[in-house]
Amino acid sequence: MLLVDPVAPTTEELSGWYEQLLVIRGTEKAAFDLFMSGLVKGTTHLAAGHEAVAVGTSAALEPGDYVWATYRGHHHAMARGLSAEACLAELMSKATGSCQGKGGSMHLTHAPGNMMGSYAIIGAHLPMAVGSAWSAVLRKSGQVSVAFFGDGATNIGAFHEAINLAVVWKLPVVFICENNLYMEYTPISAVTAVEHPAADRAAAYALARIVIDGNDVVTVRDEVGRAVTRARAGEGPSIIECMTYRHYGHSRTDPAKYRPEGELEQWLMRDPVKVLRDRLVAAGVGEAELESIEARAKAVVDAAIEAAKAAPLSDPSEAFTDVWADGGSTWRS
Amino acid sequence: MAELITYREAVSEGIAREMRRDASVVCIGEDIGAAGGVFKTAQGLFDEFGPSRVWDTPISEQAIVGAAMGAAMTGVRPVAEIMFSDFLAVCWDFVANEIPKVRYMTGGQVKVPLVIRTANGGGLGFGAQHSQAVENWALSVPGLVIVAPSSPADVVGLMASAIRSDDPVLFFEHKALFASKGAPAPQGHLVPLGQAATLREGTDITLVGLAWSVPIIEQAAEQLSQEGISAEVIDLRTLVPLDAATVLTSVAKTSRILIVEENPFQGGWGGTLASIVADEAFYDLDAPVKRLAAACVPLPFATHLEDQVLPSVAGVVATAQAMVNG
Repeated sequence: MLLVDPVAPTTEELSGWYEQLLVIRGTEKAAFDLFMSGLVKGTTHLAAGHEAVAVGTSAALEPGDYVWATYRGHHHAMARGLSAEACLAELMSKATGSCQGKGGSMHLTHAPGNMMGSYAIIGAHLPMAVGSAWSAVLRKSGQVSVAFFGDGATNIGAFHEAINLAVVWKLPVVFICENNLYMEYTPISAVTAVEHPAADRAAAYALARIVIDGNDVVTVRDEVGRAVTRARAGEGPSIIECMTYRHYGHSRTDPAKYRPEGELEQWLMRDPVKVLRDRLVAAGVGEAELESIEARAKAVVDAAIEAAKAAPLSDPSEAFTDVWADGGSTWRS
Repeated sequence: MAELITYREAVSEGIAREMRRDASVVCIGEDIGAAGGVFKTAQGLFDEFGPSRVWDTPISEQAIVGAAMGAAMTGVRPVAEIMFSDFLAVCWDFVANEIPKVRYMTGGQVKVPLVIRTANGGGLGFGAQHSQAVENWALSVPGLVIVAPSSPADVVGLMASAIRSDDPVLFFEHKALFASKGAPAPQGHLVPLGQAATLREGTDITLVGLAWSVPIIEQAAEQLSQEGISAEVIDLRTLVPLDAATVLTSVAKTSRILIVEENPFQGGWGGTLASIVADEAFYDLDAPVKRLAAACVPLPFATHLEDQVLPSVAGVVATAQAMVNG
């Protein structure tokens, strides 16, 4: 195994990640508020609490690397370049949304950043990530693929098929589990044979057992960075289990009453925003500078909310575009 | 006249032609490497193109089709083999939920130039889990091109179009036709997707078939001609895009249509075609639109039982006679 010592982040890097984290957090809060005010329909699965996994991973990737996410994927799309405005506009079915209202919260995609989509059937995108890694090998492009997934995905067949094939073919893919302790409404421990649903399965595929703090951007960046270096060097895939916590319920309809009293509060003390802020303070960044970053992030989100609200609904004709590669939906010749 | 080739040989020939033409075409599936595929439809590909173009997989249908999808979205043109079409049910999430929808739900940000080829249909005594004709499963999902050729030349010509298409294609190869022979495809042969073939001209009744049922209706038309009934024979070749125009033009001439399907009557593709004919050619008709399909039971193992379930030449002849002489 290739050992790489990550370089300690600069203050500028930490500040940049902090702002990115705050923009994502602010967008998640806006999504919640807009839903409550009736401007977002359907459902949302908010990732507030998980943002460090997205920001830390993105910091370890090159711009051309591929990222595949789940229906809880706002943070992953935004970490790879989707704007807060395009995210919120998509949730609000607007013409300026990333998918013109044909995807919504569960299918955010940012192909210009090789963020290849958010998939709402558990585990389905893991084989796809194996496929983009295979494609990178075939094209000798040096790109790495990352698949993010929840703890619940580790009990579905596609998870196991994907990892086995990635190992057998020694593909440059990093499987990153966001273990937030709950499979939808049920504690993951109640339905899983092992304590760490992803990491404890790694041995079955001759991979290392890696469990890390998923609420610390720097820890995530360092561990993912090692896995990416191994993958790019032709040493095959890795599984990284990031321990984190969902601040909201599973989806918009879930108040998460099944969580033990005090659990959320415990995790809020390790909120990724707070953890990164503490790192900045420790690095000597003063309160004024922190507040200025926070104000910038708030301004970005506020502007995104206003722009998304002001944008028109996507054109009704969009319902009949993009089925086929010719752009249309005609099925009779 | 050139030597005839088998439908089986046409499959590997069709793939090989495209692999020679385009270095981004790669094959993925179970036992398709040195073994040449369990139906020998990948014969010669591994020898010619090697392990960097022909990839053997574990028995992992979800990984095969899912990886092929991910690769198709990122710059290569995979040809994935699912050994028996019945096994599509094992990776149905990818076939029904992922592959046909990703272009749409991303607002056209991606494309999926992918071919999934699979051995389809009955007639070989493989029993209920290895004999189904399942084109109609796919027909219920918008976003999939559905190809099911009946002759070796069409296999080659449609394979070329399928692999060059930027849309996902399900390519059904019929098990009972693998040993059948036909004229070889000329170099560069390309059959457009969505173009039915009128195999025999007629004036009294239109017989429509797909893949396995095409030789059935051809034999029936021959028998009918000896009894003075002139049947037009149409091979749809693709279900999506559906060449309804060729069928409607034929019905305008013959005023009768009998659709012959291998799949069970319930949910069969003929129901969709029949509804189009009823809707758009009603005033051309001199007889009710008829469908002959398999009985609505799982396909049995024993040949004499399978014969009870599948449509037959005799059944087509009798139904057509009743419609014309009605």
